Amino acid sequence: MSLITFFFASIGRGVIAFATATGRLSLFTGPAVSRCFTPPFFVRVVVRQMVEIGYYSLPVVGLTALFTGMVLALQSYTGFARFNAEGAIANVVVLSMTRELGPVLAGLMVAGRVGAAMAAELGTMRVTEQIDALTTLSTNPFKYLIAPRLTAGVLVMPPLVLIDDVIGVMGGWIIAVYKLGFSSGVYLQNTVNFIQFNDVFSGLVKAAVFGFIIALMGCYQGFHSRGGARGVGQATTHAVVSASILILVSDYVLTELFFAK
Amino acid sequence: MSAAPKIRLRGVQKSFGAKRVLQGIDLDVPSGESVVVIGGSGSGKSVTIKCILGLIRADAGRIEVDGEDVTHARGTRRDALLRRFGMLFQGSALFDSLSVWQNVAFGLIQGRGMGRDEARDIAIRKLAAVGLGPDVGELSPAELSGGMQKRVALARAIAADPEIIFFDEPTTGLDPIMADVINELIKTCVHDLGATALSITHDMASVRKIADRVAMIYDGRIIWTGAASEIDATGNPYVDQFVNGRAEGPIQMQIRNI
Repeated sequence: MSLITFFFASIGRGVIAFATATGRLSLFTGPAVSRCFTPPFFVRVVVRQMVEIGYYSLPVVGLTALFTGMVLALQSYTGFARFNAEGAIANVVVLSMTRELGPVLAGLMVAGRVGAAMAAELGTMRVTEQIDALTTLSTNPFKYLIAPRLTAGVLVMPPLVLIDDVIGVMGGWIIAVYKLGFSSGVYLQNTVNFIQFNDVFSGLVKAAVFGFIIALMGCYQGFHSRGGARGVGQATTHAVVSASILILVSDYVLTELFFAK
Repeated sequence: MSAAPKIRLRGVQKSFGAKRVLQGIDLDVPSGESVVVIGGSGSGKSVTIKCILGLIRADAGRIEVDGEDVTHARGTRRDALLRRFGMLFQGSALFDSLSVWQNVAFGLIQGRGMGRDEARDIAIRKLAAVGLGPDVGELSPAELSGGMQKRVALARAIAADPEIIFFDEPTTGLDPIMADVINELIKTCVHDLGATALSITHDMASVRKIADRVAMIYDGRIIWTGAASEIDATGNPYVDQFVNGRAEGPIQMQIRNI
């Protein structure tokens, strides 16, 4: 009997915990998003966050893209050689990068870099009462801390991913031309010929959504952290893990919306 | 003591889960006076102040400021209310991403939309009022000692000339001399502004220095109030034990039943 009770109780606990978390996140997201569209706008803070999220992520995101492009070229060459389709590698590289790997890998890298930093910063502000201090200085924390980060995340990820796409294609081109002996002109011609507006555009929409997810998870986890250094540490971990999972899930949903016939 | 008190609490209750922190707080803070709430750690002092500020929502009871019920004030009404308050936090709670003068001027620039230059001048003046030179204004809070951070936090709390100032454990973590300096500053600042002050502390030296009236909180209720001069002869065994800092008495620290 007690075993059965335990079994159902643990299911119930899990369900309640999930519902609580979902509800709290919704209650957090509503005001956070609405504050993005109501004045005053903290332009200075938004710009600082854009530099932090976008510009300082360039090296790590660029390196990821470069090697992803290179590996894609190499893998598809050796794989496609089995059925004499080596010529398709330019298309494979550019489509994979723009549609999928560019936004997703950039999203995951930025989640690790920026989502964690946001959670740690807001978490520390929470446990040292700085967020309470904001309120007592008649400044809404949602307005001053969270809305600028969400805005910056949504605005800066698409350009970051665009640069990322270009670097990825360049990685593929380097391998194709200097290792596999393709003609540079033909490779670039193939790249440009096969790409469609939707390929790049869908990737950029994904990027904006991922930017929103990263900033939202970083802010949410940091804002609700409790219990000193340990709480801040947990908030950081949760921010990265939840952002990464949500990125992968929403990536599927967005792909379905864009390309499923 | 004329007319309605500046702040009036009636039957304020707050629980966190099963733990009943405030079990019906009744407290009057007369206009222009400095009231100090004393009590042990975990007796609900901080929660009381946070309920008045609206940082924590009270479960029951009534909180009035100038006779107006503000228990459930939210949004713009709460903002307007908070503009009349200043608060000195226990850990100073300075924004470490901003310089010292930006911290002091924060409420003026973000909360009231004052221009940066004007706000900066006021910040420098307020820093001078707490004994800090204009050069300190350019430093970041992390470069300051604990005592200096407290002074900056005090300057920030008084920057907008509030009517009501809250002090949460203003002398905690400071050496006795710096604690006395802060107490003196609090006294002069409150006097110069003509403000109403509500402080919470367990530092008796601080109480003797800054209090006009004292209220003792124990087990989520106010168990004694009176003038600061009466504190040594209250005839209340709880207050007596606290004021004299004795381990033996009616207040039992819960250290065994963990």
